Amino acid sequence: MTEIEKLYEMLRKLQEPKGYFFNVDKEIVFDLLNGLLVNKMRYGYMSCPCRLAKGELEKDRDILCPCDYRKPDVEEYGSCYCNLYVSKEWNEEKIPHVYVPERRPPEKIPF
Amino acid sequence: MQPPIILYTLSTCRVCKATKKLLDKLAVTYECTDVDLLKTEEQNAILEKIKTANPRGAFPTVIIGDTVIVGLQEEEIRKALGL
Repeated sequence: MTEIEKLYEMLRKLQEPKGYFFNVDKEIVFDLLNGLLVNKMRYGYMSCPCRLAKGELEKDRDILCPCDYRKPDVEEYGSCYCNLYVSKEWNEEKIPHVYVPERRPPEKIPF
Repeated sequence: MQPPIILYTLSTCRVCKATKKLLDKLAVTYECTDVDLLKTEEQNAILEKIKTANPRGAFPTVIIGDTVIVGLQEEEIRKALGL
């Protein structure tokens, strides 16, 4: 099993019982999980692959994956900002797939 | 004539990659920068530019002529390109 496959299985087991599912498109998921591993190498932690991290844990804490914004984004759009974690309904295309706008407050963006 | 297109992306971001794919599909030429791959100084300079166009500094930022589009917004991108 590759490192990405291990991460996939580990996170799936952890997040599915909480009601967060990986996007059914595995190619997208593996690409994003690879981004998480890249960020782990770069910064020492798995920050959101769809946001630019500062590289200082305190400033990036809200965007550690799963980020603080996943819950409200999945509630409102059925998907997190990255389209990594989604609801069952989103995967079953029972709700429209729209672009999820950035919810992170501007004052938290460290640049 | 096609307006100039500038794209700011992150190399790890899926929506950014999908936006590049869309521009490729539309057969337009564009200038793209993966901001996370830049050295700190270059990154800071580019971030200042991005923030002028898009105060939240979200990715991808697509600048088509005078129009700034944040995210993968196919309709808006097509509209800005007159397609």
